Order: sequence, then C-alpha cells, then structure tokens
Amino acid sequence: MTLYDALVGPFAEFAFMRRALVGSLALSLGAAPIGVFLMLRRMSLTGDAMAHAILPGAAVGFLVAGLSLPAMTLGGLVAGVSVALLTGLVARTTVLKEDAALASFYLLSLALGVTLVSLKGSNVDLLHVLFGSVLALDDQAMLLLAGVASVTLVALALIYRPLVLECVDPGFLRSVSRAGGPVHFIFLGLVVLNLVAGFQALGTLLAVGVMMLPAAAARFWSNALTPMFAVAILVASLASVAGLLVSYHFDLPTGPAIILSAGVLYLVSVAVGWSGGVLWRLAPPRHHRAA
Amino acid sequence: MSALRLEDVTLGYDRHPAVHHLDGAVAPGALLAVVGPNGAGKSTLLKGLVGAIEPIGGRIDRGALGPRDIAYLPQAAELDRSFPIDVFDLVATGLWRRTGLFGGVGRADRERVAEAIAGVGLTGFERRAIGTLSGGQLQRALFARLLLQDASVILLDEPFAAIDAKTVEDLLALVARWHSERRTVIAVLHDMDMVRRAFPETLLLARRAVAWGPTAEALKPERLLEARAMTEAFDDAAPFCSANAA
Repeated sequence: MTLYDALVGPFAEFAFMRRALVGSLALSLGAAPIGVFLMLRRMSLTGDAMAHAILPGAAVGFLVAGLSLPAMTLGGLVAGVSVALLTGLVARTTVLKEDAALASFYLLSLALGVTLVSLKGSNVDLLHVLFGSVLALDDQAMLLLAGVASVTLVALALIYRPLVLECVDPGFLRSVSRAGGPVHFIFLGLVVLNLVAGFQALGTLLAVGVMMLPAAAARFWSNALTPMFAVAILVASLASVAGLLVSYHFDLPTGPAIILSAGVLYLVSVAVGWSGGVLWRLAPPRHHRAA
Repeated sequence: MSALRLEDVTLGYDRHPAVHHLDGAVAPGALLAVVGPNGAGKSTLLKGLVGAIEPIGGRIDRGALGPRDIAYLPQAAELDRSFPIDVFDLVATGLWRRTGLFGGVGRADRERVAEAIAGVGLTGFERRAIGTLSGGQLQRALFARLLLQDASVILLDEPFAAIDAKTVEDLLALVARWHSERRTVIAVLHDMDMVRRAFPETLLLARRAVAWGPTAEALKPERLLEARAMTEAFDDAAPFCSANAA
C-alpha cells in the first residue's frame, strides 16, 4: 500500500469519506475552543453531564418523528437548554453550587427521557443516538455541523472578553458589568449546541470526547490562551483525520476511532508536551543564574 | 462629585446582620480607613458600597456615581491564578470603563496600560503569566488595573495583607496620590500604625459603627476596647432588631 493509498485514497475514492471528513473538521473547529473554556473553568465534566441531559430530548424527538434530524436536534436542544437554565437558576439563587445543581437536573432529564421512551413501548434503536453515524452524513447534517461551527466561533468572538474575565476574575467582572450571568448562559448554550451537532456525527457521548480531549491535550503545549485554542483545534482535526483513516483501513467503528485517536494525542501530550509534560519533569532540574 | 451616603444601612447574609444601622456619609475626596475585629462586617460594608450585595434595610445613596465610577479591589481577589492570562491583559481589563464589552483597545490604550504597569513598578513583567507572580507582584498588577479604571471612588479590602514591606510602601504612595487627586479612597486595614500615619479619617466597625471620624478620635483605647467586645458568632436565638421590627 502506498502512502497515497493509506492517507488520501479513501477520501479521493469515496464521497461518504469526504463528507465525514468535512463534518468532523467542522465539529472540531467549534467544539475544541468550547472545550478549552470548559477545562479552564474546571467544568470538564459539565460536557459529559450535558451530553446525558441531551440524550432523552433527542430520543423523544426520535420517538415523535422517527430518524429526523430536525426533530432530534430540536429535542436535544430543548432538553439541554432547559437543564442549563434550571441549573443556572438554582446555582445562582440558592445555596447549591453549580456542579450539584447540574448533577441533579441531568439525572432528572435522563430518567425522564428513559421513562418517556419506555412509555411509548417502542423498541427504539438508541444506538444511533449514542454512537452516531459519521459515515452517513446527509446534506442536512452537514449544514447543521457547519452552521453550528460558524455560530459557535462568531458567538465566542462576541462574548470573548467577558467570558475570559468571568473565568479569571468573576468578582471584578461583577463590579464593572452585569454581563457575567448572560454570558455564562450563552456559553452553556454553545456547549449544548455543539453536543447536539456532535451527536449526529459521533453520538451524544462521544461528542464530548472531541470537545474535552483536544482541550486537555492543548494545556500541555502552551501557557497562553490563543495558542491553546489553536492546538486544541489542530488536535481535534488530526484526530478526525486519523480516526477516519483507521476506521476505514481496519474496519473499526468510526466515532470511537476518532475519539481514540484524540486519546492517543492526549496521552502523547501528557508525556512530552513542553508546557508541563511528564517527560520534562523527569529531566534534571536546571535554572538560570539570575532571575 | 457626590458623597456616598449611608442611611440606617443594615447589611448581612441570611437575615443575620453583619453590619447594622449604619448612618453617615463619606465626603468626596475622603481618605477613610475601615478597621475593626474579624467578623466586624468590614468586607460586607465594602460589598454593599460597591453594590455587590443589597442592603437588608436602609439605603445607600451613591448620588450621581454609576457602577463604573466605583473601583473595588476585593480581598485576595477571587482571582484564578492558574488561568493563562498575562500581566498586560489582566491590567488592560481596567480599561473596561472605556471599552465595555466590545470596544477595541488601540495604541493609545496600550500606552496607558504600559504606563499603569510602569506606575506600579512592574515594567518587564508584561508578558508574564499571572500564575508566576509573587503575592506582592500580583497586588501591584491589581493596583495598576485600579489606576486604569480611573474611578472617583476606590474601595480596597485589606490591600496590604501578606504583602512585603517594600510593596506596601509603594502601593501606599499610590493611595496618597489618589487622595491628592481628590478621589475618594476607602480601605479596610489591620495595621493601626499605618492607619494613624496615612489615613485622616477612620470608621471603627464592630457590627455597628463604634466610632467614625478623625482617626485620632476614632482609635482611642477605650473605643478599641469597646470594639473588641463584639461577639463574632451568629446567634440564631438573638431577638429580631426592634428598629426594623415595626
């Protein structure tokens, strides 16, 4: 097998591979920066909880309208945004902290969803929702992925200043502006949006992987915000390409292959990343002669 | 410029007053120290003044002062020092009053940021991540941000706690400069010698105003003794205050 056959051939030959590539690259573009913010705000598990919160909404959409992208997307969005809003409401007005409030509401959402599905008595194949089908992206799904990536990047650019400030120094933001609350909700909305977009391609649970693994890997390559975004997007894109190729050549499920590729890149970063990687800690300590 | 006027203000959490029935005014250009035992309500008072918490009773009259006219440096800041942001960007957030959410930061602004950083003696630290700064250096950076905020009222909550002597001296000089520029400065402090030396006015707080006036008067030994007698713990069995029971 030539290098061309290994790396380019599958994409050149098959339209579904090209579609999968474009779709997962679009997802990488939006989800990875979101992941960086989640990680820096110590909300890395929020994505996972949100993915669970969305699942029942998508399932209900599936029950009502069958395998219809708009219905499942809408269902997921409604479920995700409701959980985000209720969480924010409880966290900001009661003694409960955000993590506890989120845990409560996503569990509620999940249980409610599963109950609804069973009430319908239909033998729904939830595997599709759980693990997605990146190799079967139709035009509608492509548009959704591209649209969400565009909305995410524009929205992040607009709320960038207060969002960063809400992470670094929320007390200061409160003293100069009332934007903190709304910005937080917009951000959670973006998290939900990206997970909803991601479940079509990778499945609800794996969509979190393309969000968090590249972000966690990026932390090991830079101490500044802007390069961190770049590295996260790069890692997510590399993982997409690698995952698709591995899945093609070895006949493995695509979603997990992409996430596993991201996982490999993450482990490499933990080991050798020059900003806090394990390897550099093992090196004999040296320091400058003067400060 | 307007005074900050307190009318029978009670501030607290969960119906327990941290400070109650505070009456008085801070004149424009005043340099006021707030002192008192732990739990006296000093930080709570500052939070009330800046509007971070609403009074349980009474009212705070800020006159024509808007939120952007009052700069506030909280205690040891809720700052996430592990966040990847450098000194320059942190200080530049002090331009908020001018830039708001979306306004650009131009060359003139960057020069002002550099000036503020130089003003606190941190030149050369612009691109250092805040996580690599010492406590004193970080406090200098936060003062640089206050410089940029250009507010007419500046509230400082224990600005010199756990800070080295040289830094305290430099930052105190900035406070004196603000005073000479007719800005109102209110600072929560523990060092009585510093208060006597540098702050003409003092509010001695122990849940209530024990004394409020010229520093020499307010810090008389019998007053300090009176303040020290305050109980710190919440008393859930305490009767409700008669003044606001009606």
